[in-house]
Amino acid sequence: MPVPEIAESFSGSVNRLTLGATKEDGGTRTSTVTIGGASNVVYGGSLADAGEKPVIAMDVLDSKPEDWPDVLLEPYKDVLDSPGDWAKKCVEEFGAELICVKFEGIHPDKGDKDAAHAIKVTEEVLQAVGVPLVLWGCGNDEKDNQVMPKVSGAAKGEKCLIGAVTEDNYKSLTAIALADGHYLITQAPLDINIAKQINILASDMGFPLERIVTFQSTGALGYGIEYAYSIQERQRIAALSGDKMMAMPVICDVGYESWRAKEAKITDTPEWGPPEDRGPAWEIATAVCLLQAGVDIIRIRHPRAAATVNDFINQVRQQ
Amino acid sequence: MILIAERINGMFLDVKQAIADKNKKVIQDLAKNQTEAGASYLDVNVGTAAADQEGTIQWLVETIQETCSTPLCLDSQKPDVIAAGLKVINAENGVLLNSTPLNKKSDEEVFDKYVEMANQAGPKANIIALTMDKNGVPQDTDTRVAIAAEIVSKAMEKGFDTQRLFIDTIVLPVKVPNAQSQPGNILAAMDQIKYLSDPPPHMTIGLSNLSQGASERSLINRVFLAMAISRGLDSAIADVFDQALMNVVATSDLLMDKQIYSDSFLKVYSSANKG
Repeated sequence: MPVPEIAESFSGSVNRLTLGATKEDGGTRTSTVTIGGASNVVYGGSLADAGEKPVIAMDVLDSKPEDWPDVLLEPYKDVLDSPGDWAKKCVEEFGAELICVKFEGIHPDKGDKDAAHAIKVTEEVLQAVGVPLVLWGCGNDEKDNQVMPKVSGAAKGEKCLIGAVTEDNYKSLTAIALADGHYLITQAPLDINIAKQINILASDMGFPLERIVTFQSTGALGYGIEYAYSIQERQRIAALSGDKMMAMPVICDVGYESWRAKEAKITDTPEWGPPEDRGPAWEIATAVCLLQAGVDIIRIRHPRAAATVNDFINQVRQQ
Repeated sequence: MILIAERINGMFLDVKQAIADKNKKVIQDLAKNQTEAGASYLDVNVGTAAADQEGTIQWLVETIQETCSTPLCLDSQKPDVIAAGLKVINAENGVLLNSTPLNKKSDEEVFDKYVEMANQAGPKANIIALTMDKNGVPQDTDTRVAIAAEIVSKAMEKGFDTQRLFIDTIVLPVKVPNAQSQPGNILAAMDQIKYLSDPPPHMTIGLSNLSQGASERSLINRVFLAMAISRGLDSAIADVFDQALMNVVATSDLLMDKQIYSDSFLKVYSSANKG
């Protein structure tokens, strides 16, 4: 019996966009990262349909992390107080093509640092590395509205990816990201309908759909990964079917979510195997699974996880 | 929903006048406005506006293409008029040949001619075929389905992809005496036509004809459209300027799970479906 031809073709594709502005483009980045462009489901169709390779963004925190387990602190122990050095280490030692600066320390409950601090961190990281940046607020609406527009201004013209805006809080950051020439992250709480709505709202403010990356919220292995997977898959199918409000590349936060899992961080359970392997393994398993739903940027924390997931992506793309 | 906008038709007085005056602006504005309203295709029908049907359809096609790249739907019962339109059309954008019956007393091979014209125009040329044959428009469900089945099998024999085929089940005015059973018959026919091939042929109707001469035209049109979409209709020749009708299209797409819900679903419908 002949093998049936199951390759499907689609009318739409995921938007393709390039993060980072080099000197010629009016910025100071020494490299850029292009994402998106898929015109078929993951592993469907030809390699040309697959679009750009998914890329890893390594997390750098604006302030010394307070709740990270030792396994995760270890690779960064000499740079935890300096976001610039931290970013440099990620790029030079661990090969990061993209850095995600997470402004954890501006949160009222986690240090309540001010805009001056955030600007300083942004400038420091821009100075220290030449790769494009993702600039991500703390999730507290009021504080993000105070600080993130200043962060946007400090990186003006660098074509960063900045966020995240939500259905209830999108106006100020959307306006400033538009003015400063950045890309925007729209965030939904694992809800495809809200995901579409927030894209429409940003677009209504004049923000080009082609400059949006969506964040559906992420669930780690054992902690809701199936919800994240199915929503991301649904978004990808909608994008391929020509829904322009859903044709954005997708970012997911594997690092933060994976290291929240007790299986990743508890150390007094020898029957679960060595803790130095478990955490990275949790990130790897989560990332590799979500990659199959259609993901364009993966935020990762541990360098071993970054290396393994990168290796996975490259091997799959060689076929 | 594949919407074919109906307004560029010589039956409308403004179009008739524009054809007589060679007034390009009227035609180009209609093309632009219908596109913005959400049209997937623009119907182009000379109607009774000019004696020189072939020259006039060419003038209309060229006039529209000067300012608008929306695919066109060449609308004539005469193959020669369609052929004249095809000579000047940019078929790369897509084109619909509207329409052919299965056969005619005067021309048994009319369907084959349309297939040949479509094939010559390229892979983006599609055909609307009427469930009608040399005996005229059938009144019952079974004959409609039987003609549709013959159309589909003829297309398959000729290697013409059924996804390039639009079956038009022919809507008659509901106000005509004894025609009130027709909408129900058409819906019953749609139930069967969608199983004639896999993937199924598209199904379309000339929606406005249903309410010809009736009161509450828009209401009649949009209620029937919703009913037909639920039976598998995926295209219609319709008035895209009828906002209430367009809202029904957007909502039906949502309820048939063809669009992801968002609170602004009405607002985004036409923009999300362009291009």
